[in-house]
Amino acid sequence: MEFLSDLQAQFSTAYELLAAGWGVQLLWGIAWTLAVTVVSMLIGAILGSLVAAAKLSPRGGLKFIGESYTTVFRGEPELLIIYLFYYGGTQVLTGVARSTGSIGSTDILNMPSFLGGVLAVGIISGAYQAEVFRGSFLAIHRGELEAARAYGMSAWLRFRLVIVPQVLRLAVPGLGNVWQLTIKDSALISVTGVAELMLTANKAARSTHHSLLFYTVAGILYLVMTSVSTPIFEKAERYTSRSFTRPK
Amino acid sequence: MSANVAAAAKATPPPEDKSAISVRDMRKCFGDHEVLKGISLEAHKGDVISILGSSGSGKSTMLRCINLLETPDSGEVRVDGELIRMKQGRDGRQMPADIRQVERIRANLAMVFQSFNLWSHMTVLENLVAAPTHVLKRPRAECLEQAEILLKRVGIWERRNYYPPHMSGGQQQRAAIARALAMNPKVMLFDEPTSALDPELVGEVLRVMRSLAEEGRTMLVVTHEMGFARDVSSKVMFLHKGEVDSVGEPKEMFARPPTPQFKQFIANFNK
Repeated sequence: MEFLSDLQAQFSTAYELLAAGWGVQLLWGIAWTLAVTVVSMLIGAILGSLVAAAKLSPRGGLKFIGESYTTVFRGEPELLIIYLFYYGGTQVLTGVARSTGSIGSTDILNMPSFLGGVLAVGIISGAYQAEVFRGSFLAIHRGELEAARAYGMSAWLRFRLVIVPQVLRLAVPGLGNVWQLTIKDSALISVTGVAELMLTANKAARSTHHSLLFYTVAGILYLVMTSVSTPIFEKAERYTSRSFTRPK
Repeated sequence: MSANVAAAAKATPPPEDKSAISVRDMRKCFGDHEVLKGISLEAHKGDVISILGSSGSGKSTMLRCINLLETPDSGEVRVDGELIRMKQGRDGRQMPADIRQVERIRANLAMVFQSFNLWSHMTVLENLVAAPTHVLKRPRAECLEQAEILLKRVGIWERRNYYPPHMSGGQQQRAAIARALAMNPKVMLFDEPTSALDPELVGEVLRVMRSLAEEGRTMLVVTHEMGFARDVSSKVMFLHKGEVDSVGEPKEMFARPPTPQFKQFIANFNK
């Protein structure tokens, strides 16, 4: 009985804490986490497709650049890349600003935390997306590309009408995977001070001394985000591969 | 090259305005292997030329060199009298001098492939209007109207909104022929159009091809269909080990094979 009343007390404390403002803060945290993830995915999509194109290029130089990109950014710890971009970026910005005289010689120009964070996560996401895009391109039936050439399509038309739609179809399952990775990586940019879910949970845990409560709640919220995205990607997959599934 | 071919080439220099495709001394190597050893070919408007040869004789490569899906190492290709301009690449190999010219000429040489190669993410109708609207820049409404007429003609109009993977091989190949027709091409290139089909589906594709021949289309057909070569085509060309072994009028060629190689080739088919 004592255990039950204890548990009840725990729940009412949790309720009070969440109602007292931490709940709203956590919701804002989710919003920032999603913002970071979406922007990083977009940065990653642009970088990823360029890197995939470089890796597929017959030119040795471009191929080397593409290979190096994926090797480095998949091979380094994410946290290191984030520190590099945030603190390293601050150092570079400060150096440039000081030398042009736009700030005083003792002032510091900080890397904007959101920008530094999404650049770092986006670059990492790009390395994984590049592999997804490259594999998808290689899976396109060669004959269809050849038909596009044989019908007089320019390189741009072949890209727009045949390559992009087919790469997207083949890439959706892989991109779903990268999206999950990117949601999780977004937690790391709490170190730059973006008030996303991880940082908010951290703050709440430290200032209320209810670590167990807040980290559990944050954990559940991450799980909700990743599991809600699964059916969305499945739906996208069904739509993009409709030409290969039997009609009803 | 047999005397037969040399004589044919000398005797009838084609009047320039009637030539649809003219190939002169085309050569092509893959690595050390010389696949085409100096092929020449004249196709006049309205010609239906069946190109025969055993596997590895270079017949598909020749066809693919005409629309530059493969780049010939040397030789000349003229389409409708227009020479495809080539230049020396940095690696010393020949390459097209002007890719825009090649793209324009390809649009006039609609190709039908062995494995259909329809764009699998587009419906049949979209397959038919993609190149006419984007390459030839014709109005979409007009292309759609023509596409429906062509699909009725090849007998798959009711499948117009299907995706290619949902259709049989014969239907896909008929759709591919309709896609070629939608370009209003000057010449149609067929690369073994029935070789990937189940035997019972070959007939429906051959019927469509025969009707195209009858309406006077210019066609180059790489094929193993001896019946089509003998009864439908206006000329038969037999390639052997990368060279033109013999060229001639089909009935004559099949009745009296001009070379031992061709005789052997048809004997193997009749076995």
